[in-house]
Amino acid sequence: MASIVTRVKKKQISELMDKKKRMDDRDLTDYREMKIEQGIIERAEGSARVLLGKTEVVVGIKIEMGEPFPDTPNDGVLTVNAELTPIASPKFEAGPPDEMSIELARIVDRGIRESKTINTEKLVIEPGKKVFVVFVDIYVLNHDGNLIDAAAFAAMSALLNTKMANYEIKDGEVQIKPGYEQLPIRKHPITITIAKIGDKLVVDPSLEEEEVMDARISMAIDDDENICAIQKGGSGYFEPDEIFEAAKIVKAKAKEIRKKMNW
Amino acid sequence: MNDKPEKLIDKKGLRLDGRKADELRPVKLEVGVIPNADGSAYIEHGKNKILAAVYGPREVHPKHLALQDRTVMRCRYHMAPFSVQERKSPAPSRREIEISKVIRESLEPAVFMEYYPRTMVNVFVEVLQADGGTRCASITAAALALADSGIPMKDLVVACAAGKVEDTVVLDLMDTEDKLGAADVPVALMPNLNAVTLLQMDGTLTHEEFEKAVNMAIEGCKQIYVMQKEALKKKYVNVTEGIKEEAEE
Amino acid sequence: MPIFLEKRQLVTPGDLIAEGEYVAGENTFVEKSKIYAARVGIVEYENKRVDVVALKAFYVPRPGDIVIGTITEVGFNGWTVDINSPYIALLRASDVLSRPFKPQKDDLPQVLDAGDLVVAKIVSYDRTHDPQLTVAEPGLGKITRGQIIKITPTKIPRVIGKKGSMISMIKQETGCNIILGLNGVVLITGKTLEDEQLAMRALLKIEQESHTSGLTDRVTQMLKEEKSNKEENKNE
Repeated sequence: MASIVTRVKKKQISELMDKKKRMDDRDLTDYREMKIEQGIIERAEGSARVLLGKTEVVVGIKIEMGEPFPDTPNDGVLTVNAELTPIASPKFEAGPPDEMSIELARIVDRGIRESKTINTEKLVIEPGKKVFVVFVDIYVLNHDGNLIDAAAFAAMSALLNTKMANYEIKDGEVQIKPGYEQLPIRKHPITITIAKIGDKLVVDPSLEEEEVMDARISMAIDDDENICAIQKGGSGYFEPDEIFEAAKIVKAKAKEIRKKMNW
Repeated sequence: MNDKPEKLIDKKGLRLDGRKADELRPVKLEVGVIPNADGSAYIEHGKNKILAAVYGPREVHPKHLALQDRTVMRCRYHMAPFSVQERKSPAPSRREIEISKVIRESLEPAVFMEYYPRTMVNVFVEVLQADGGTRCASITAAALALADSGIPMKDLVVACAAGKVEDTVVLDLMDTEDKLGAADVPVALMPNLNAVTLLQMDGTLTHEEFEKAVNMAIEGCKQIYVMQKEALKKKYVNVTEGIKEEAEE
Repeated sequence: MPIFLEKRQLVTPGDLIAEGEYVAGENTFVEKSKIYAARVGIVEYENKRVDVVALKAFYVPRPGDIVIGTITEVGFNGWTVDINSPYIALLRASDVLSRPFKPQKDDLPQVLDAGDLVVAKIVSYDRTHDPQLTVAEPGLGKITRGQIIKITPTKIPRVIGKKGSMISMIKQETGCNIILGLNGVVLITGKTLEDEQLAMRALLKIEQESHTSGLTDRVTQMLKEEKSNKEENKNE
């Protein structure tokens, strides 16, 4: 049953696209309406909620103390996890992370890590021994397409919202002092996902568009317009020219969004 | 042993292993190495040593995973505990799970999935030794294993990475270059359709550098593609040669 | 309009074979009026039709095919049969008993049990359901003796040879009766185990060397040599 509906829908969608329009009346390079709220979870050190069309993602940041990785003794630790909660879609089941949630977490992680968003050197308490560990937990609450961008925007917004407790070291022990410091943020990567449907490239695919797309490509761009992360997904393919075309679209779109966000 | 090298590229433009910026590491391919598998292949790419095996198409187990209009492909990329410098736990890591997914998505476009509904094709990749670029070498071997299994395909899939080391865009990063370099761009290609089926990137690149890296990786892919075809044919050509020799005796 | 490859040339998936007026045959596919190979095999063309004779392929059931299968499970009112294919075949009890199946009276494992071999014919098969078998025709049914070997199904035509020349020659030289399942499973029944094994070796040789020329002569030669060796050994 599913594939029959998909074929009919695919035809509908591509006929609209030939006229440069989409099912929800967007242009090919338009995002759906995006709403961002920060600080919605007081217990978390930082948090944000993003509504992208009907896709809803909440990111909570927790900061704890831990050991640095052996090959980076002078850096704090970043770890990103994602949950595709069963609430979000009839397709999601409870259980250990599956390949979709692992991929989502790792894509968002790469965007943050490779752009050096967090100044991890400033997270060191005792070099080689004690550092701050930043836990970024992505919670998908409703899936209506383009979880990647929604999660990335939510993660970035949550990080900008994150406060760390002040501390001092007395007699080799870490003592919490009153007051807070913002998490040291250096860069503001923006992740943009483009789907290929037939021969068209569309920004911010809705769930319907994801179901008929050939493939998708997500790119993270930093403040200096460098590309920091790319992930192609889906069982189809891109021609090299389409890849370079997508990169151009992403560059222009990121500039537009960066201005709006004031990042 | 773990000393970081001072420079990744020397004054003459040569890399740590003596290669030029656009030079591939040596590649060796062999097809049909696992008798029990429906299709199999072995690759040595630089110091990478990787085995790929295909089982299928066969009935889907568990049944509810079957698709009514196409084959289901499952892919497992796994690294042996002894494949890396520090022993790796045999349990599948998040990295291995992600790589399994992208490898599968790089191979599916090449297979005629709609020909055999309600069947399953299993692709298994075991990395015996790793030295940077394992997912690319895995794809190259897995595509050969699929072709060897007799499942109809639109083209072979071949993969190669490019990246940036210090300020130079280079082809085919080895492990040290991947760890200490500025960017890594793995690419998988179906050369006849000019179709890119895997593309990832991590690091920092300008748009121009990115374009250069992708094009360089595609050139590397095309070189390996020639070797892939030879490896597939070699399995049968050997038999022909053997007969000619017998006749001359 | 061009054809890019010589006859009998070895191709791999994605190789461009012909363009334009040609008709795409076995194991090929068309993209923008160009014909490409879909499997590893040998290019053959007849008039305007281009085929790739695959060197390795699995068996996809076709109604009317004679196949040899192994019973894997005794079910409620029939059996599931492994026919060396991605698809499991079904044999209904009513077909074997030639009358409606009576669950209380009929003890299915007595008729056919897991592990038994049958020669059967494919009655029906399509994309939405598994193949159905019948044994209700002369020459079909349970196999009670003989050797079974599996060769890749695409080589069966080569085993048959032009107008049956190869298979008749093997039967004659080895004195064996040979049933060729189109699913690549072959039943050999001979007077002695040695005769059966000789026939098996001939078939395996054909599978290995099917893409070469002069095969019929070489197989004939091999069989004659092995038989004369046997005679010599007997006389010692």
